[in-house]
Amino acid sequence: MATVLDPAGAPAADERRPDRRSRSTAPGGRRRHVPPLLAISPFYVLFAVFGVFPVVFSLYLSFQDWDGIGDMRFVGLQQYGWLLQDSVFWHSVLNTFEIWFLSTVPMLFLALVLAFLLHSQVRFTGAYRVAYFIPNVTSMVAMTIVFGSVFAQSGLANSALRAIGLDGIGWLSSEWGIKSSVSIMIIWRWVGYNALIFLAGLQAIPTEHFEAARVDGANSWQTLFRVVVPQLRPVILFAAVTSTINGLQIFTESQVLFQSTDVGTTGGPGQEGMTIVLYLWQKAFKEHQFGYGAAMGWLLFAIIAVFTIINWRLVSGSDRDDRRPGLAGLLRRKGARNGR
Amino acid sequence: MAAEDRTTGSAGLAIGSGSRLTRICVRVVLLFGVLISLFPFYWLVVLASGTTQDIYRYPPKLVPGPHLLDNMGRVLDTVDFFGSLFNTVVVAVLGTLLVLFFDSLAAFAFAKYEFPAKKLLFGMLLVTYMIPAQLSLVPQFVTMAEFGWAGSLNALIIPSAANAFGIFWMRQYAQNSLPDELLDAGRIDGAGFFRLYWTVALPLFRPALAFLGIFTFIGLWNDYIWPLVVLIDPERVTLQVALANLNTLYNTDYSLVMAGSLMSVVPLIIVFLLGARHFLRDLAAGATKM
Repeated sequence: MATVLDPAGAPAADERRPDRRSRSTAPGGRRRHVPPLLAISPFYVLFAVFGVFPVVFSLYLSFQDWDGIGDMRFVGLQQYGWLLQDSVFWHSVLNTFEIWFLSTVPMLFLALVLAFLLHSQVRFTGAYRVAYFIPNVTSMVAMTIVFGSVFAQSGLANSALRAIGLDGIGWLSSEWGIKSSVSIMIIWRWVGYNALIFLAGLQAIPTEHFEAARVDGANSWQTLFRVVVPQLRPVILFAAVTSTINGLQIFTESQVLFQSTDVGTTGGPGQEGMTIVLYLWQKAFKEHQFGYGAAMGWLLFAIIAVFTIINWRLVSGSDRDDRRPGLAGLLRRKGARNGR
Repeated sequence: MAAEDRTTGSAGLAIGSGSRLTRICVRVVLLFGVLISLFPFYWLVVLASGTTQDIYRYPPKLVPGPHLLDNMGRVLDTVDFFGSLFNTVVVAVLGTLLVLFFDSLAAFAFAKYEFPAKKLLFGMLLVTYMIPAQLSLVPQFVTMAEFGWAGSLNALIIPSAANAFGIFWMRQYAQNSLPDELLDAGRIDGAGFFRLYWTVALPLFRPALAFLGIFTFIGLWNDYIWPLVVLIDPERVTLQVALANLNTLYNTDYSLVMAGSLMSVVPLIIVFLLGARHFLRDLAAGATKM
């Protein structure tokens, strides 16, 4: 979610450092470092135990065959080999990307339009924000159950279609029905969130730019795409990256929609709702193939990393005045834009 | 709940201010958006207050029925609703308090003190934030099993008791709004690190703590995959897992499941509405500063 990275603030702090150090050095010698080090230690201890160790362990585990109870059996790279030959895995990868694309593109577009409209609105902005944000804070499990009933064969969605003389759609039984239903849930949940993020970005754009556009006779669409979008690039980048990371980790919607009793899930009819994380969960925690699950975690990580980099390049690619942005460059650039 | 924004007024004049007609169109589209945003909640109330037969009726019944209390009563008879609610409250409240304490303490140190390897340690924070949770789902479960915490609420509270996001957020805030002069004044009075943190810094952190608190609380309350994996005893689960179980086992009894969903959604909505004003502003600020 929202990140607050501001390394650009660091230089300012550095300039202040000498004089503060001279004040705090006097008593205590090296022991003066103890309280701040103690203060930051909880995070690093927790991170070592529950962060670093599991990650290293998952790498180790991905070379083992293990059901969680018996002995581990070293199988080397075979888990990865099996995974690459596993047609269900590839199906889940494809499903995840299709759902990601079907949800992210319309979602970011709608959010942009919504933010633009909200920006031009003077009254009730606070109430609009609350209303748009509520989908994002509510339990995904509960809302998936609600959407499940809306998309049922004789549910509200099909009733509405029949009322206007169309045929019902197999929302939860056909390939594109399943993908659309999951995407609609994701869009519903995240449009408002992204619109508010975009709105904040819009409000940081100096008013003169809009006035200049108006003087030049630009209409709303031209203003949106020629003035707003270019200036919003860092914020759009943020939204695109977070949406990608979230989108590639879809789990709850599919799991709750298609879960049946003890066997877990196959992701619905034709496994069209099977996503990567759902398959990971199914293999590791329902079929007790922990090594396989660990290997899948690493492949997911690789996919997310690649997509995040592609996202960065796409959204910030046409920026002429900056070299290829590494993470540091990217953050510095954003910091500079915010005048920090 | 109207959190009127200062900047919208002036900037709002710049776009969409064309004709009266444009403004009406803008308003209609925005209201339509609100309708879509809120409709599922209305529909949840309709389904939770009807009978299961109502759901299969064509044309569908679009107004709430009279059975809400019956259905809620049946939820209480079917699952240990208050038990899971209690578990969820314990996790969300304790987890949030720990996050607020540890994150603000670390942020105070990072913002206002010098110590060896400070830059390196802060850089590590940046890196840790990039590790996706799903990567460690399997090994973290194994770790919990080793600790004997599988099935225990410890597994939900302890690992997330301090997080990189919160430390970034609080440090940023501390740098901007905690004057060195105030700390120096405290030092002259003989206050040490922890005393300065507790009496000077913490009260000033309050606005930032409010956002981090609601943000963390909502996250812990709604978390699903991790409790699903780690709470191995079906009798002792959080609300989200209990609700998913209810849905799996009774999904032909729609009105029961819907009443359960409604009961699980309401507490959090109340918490959100209470803090929405500050929360939304800070959320937006955090994202644009990135």
